[in-house]
Amino acid sequence: MLNTLVKPIAPNMYRYDEFDAQFVGERVNQFAGQVARRLSGELTEDQFKPLRLMNGLYLQLHAYMLRIAVPYGTLSSKQMRKLAHIARTYDKGFGHFTTRTNLQFNWIKLVDVPKILRELADVEMHCIQTSGNCVRNVTADQFAGATDEEIEDPRPLAEIIRQWSSLHPEFVFLARKFKIAVGATEKDRAALQWHDMAVQVVKNDQGRVGYKVMAGGGMGRTPYIAHVMREFVEREDILAYLEAVLRVYNQDSRRDNIHKQRIKILINTIGPEEMRRRVQREFEELKRMGTLQLPQEELDRITAYFAAPKFETGLSDAMPDAGPDFANWVKTNVYKHKAPGYAIATITLKTPGQVPGDATAAQMDTIADLMDQFSLGEVRVTHEQNLVLPHVRKKDLPAIYAKLKELDFASPNSGLITDIIACPGLDYCDLANARSIPIAQKLAKRFENLARQHEIGELKIKISGCINACGHHHAGHIGILGVDKKGVEFYQLVLGGSGAEDASVGTIMGPGFGEDEIGDAVERVVNVYLAERKTGERFLDTYRRIGMEKFKAAAYQEAVAA
Amino acid sequence: MAHQNHGLQMLTANRLRDGDVLYRKGDGWVLMLGEGEVYPDQGSAEAALAAANAELTRNEFVAPYLFEVRDVNGKIKPVKEREIIRAAGPTVHPHTGKQAGQS
Repeated sequence: MLNTLVKPIAPNMYRYDEFDAQFVGERVNQFAGQVARRLSGELTEDQFKPLRLMNGLYLQLHAYMLRIAVPYGTLSSKQMRKLAHIARTYDKGFGHFTTRTNLQFNWIKLVDVPKILRELADVEMHCIQTSGNCVRNVTADQFAGATDEEIEDPRPLAEIIRQWSSLHPEFVFLARKFKIAVGATEKDRAALQWHDMAVQVVKNDQGRVGYKVMAGGGMGRTPYIAHVMREFVEREDILAYLEAVLRVYNQDSRRDNIHKQRIKILINTIGPEEMRRRVQREFEELKRMGTLQLPQEELDRITAYFAAPKFETGLSDAMPDAGPDFANWVKTNVYKHKAPGYAIATITLKTPGQVPGDATAAQMDTIADLMDQFSLGEVRVTHEQNLVLPHVRKKDLPAIYAKLKELDFASPNSGLITDIIACPGLDYCDLANARSIPIAQKLAKRFENLARQHEIGELKIKISGCINACGHHHAGHIGILGVDKKGVEFYQLVLGGSGAEDASVGTIMGPGFGEDEIGDAVERVVNVYLAERKTGERFLDTYRRIGMEKFKAAAYQEAVAA
Repeated sequence: MAHQNHGLQMLTANRLRDGDVLYRKGDGWVLMLGEGEVYPDQGSAEAALAAANAELTRNEFVAPYLFEVRDVNGKIKPVKEREIIRAAGPTVHPHTGKQAGQS
């Protein structure tokens, strides 16, 4: 095992100060007391449920599930090893990386939760606000701080938002959950426009850096793309502006109907113009009070945690030649880094047949070793349920690839048809109507031929086991929604969605397909694309050009004939 | 849910301290669906649920509810996929859940 040889590296990421440590420690003690009171009967389940949810603890189909926050998807090797330890000690040896860049354990015992939270606190992790009607874990572009496409690293702002929104007294009991994402590039890797609120680092006409704020995006039963609230917010005003948006939402959203309580419903009911007007009114009031100005020195202090590592100079920028398999992996899974001689490497947790997003304790330990040996002790979790080594020397890529092959995590499929997002679905989730994971596994096996995957090109399949859309089916080029018909699983096809900078809501094709039919239906849809596409068109481009009709005719033709 | 059921039913819940799935048998609970009690009519099912609800204050289990089952060649099976998976474990991880170690 590598991990006996490698010393953990402290990467350039936020580290708890005394207030963070005290806050998390107190919260652990508080929840330990609440668990004890629940077990003794002092608290009823109705009293305990909102408390456990605010600490990321759900009761799912088979057992308790604990959701651990991974702020803006950044993990250190020390934290990854702790997650492996928890998987091994308190769960069944594996964990699941989610579309919110968190990690979930599916077999947790209530009596163990206080011990687990203490172990997490030891490595500056927690489960606070990973559930409940509050501001959830802030997510960000997984290439932050590594890509030359960004205006600046968005993680300092993400960290500031995390601190501002943690136990914010005004926003602890919102009408519904509230998800925030941050990005700093034109290319959107964080599904910004699908969030309740999103911040994009931008430059104005004068070349000054500030923030574009969007709000009202969301999936679920009523999908919406976010509206721009303001094209440019000055740096020092950003918290005041975000607070203004949240305050309007908190004050004006409905609380009488769980399906109409998200900010997307408010904005699309009153209209984006009226929302902007209300936000502006609150923003001016907050500005007048002057209590939420973000001082440059505080921004600088947080930014210093994320300072770019000292990259080696004089490295060759040439890609090593390590055979055709390696070359294929580089083609899809390796991305340009801002430093010469370095690269960004995506580890897809999607080898055909695997459970998307799952990793065993042994795999986590080995990835932690890879992080220390080759990526300055750091990894990123992506909303597409993959991992990213953000800072690797190109000359080390063959060694990384060889190790990933041993882990069965070396599939060269990032962004291809087998790189499928899938929620836990009915295999685990108490809310699900149908299974997602087996559909993802079967589709990935069906399309696993690499030459064919490359022939098809970029095609994002996203699968949800219910209308809550944790598997982002609305944003899939091909989305699949599991539904329940009298206790039997069926699957609806949704075409034309996108979670990228060209965000769009997919369109439901029609009635669902049976579990044994959905694979063939997807294949026929893909075949229509291959027959109809023009040079350079992705699946999404062809769909947008020719519309649903031919895809629908093909998908149902055989189903009807059968 | 109970009012929608008209056939055979069983009663399930989760154990408080570890979340494990339970099935009602008599005045207590068992871990395996095959060992649980089947209620032949709505009256007996609702009586079992009422008894369980009255026992919630003992803080041993949570979230009891009834679900439909059917007799398939002498073997009791849940009607809905959800309960089939709940009784066995995740279909994608056969080494977990109640199916682990079962043949």
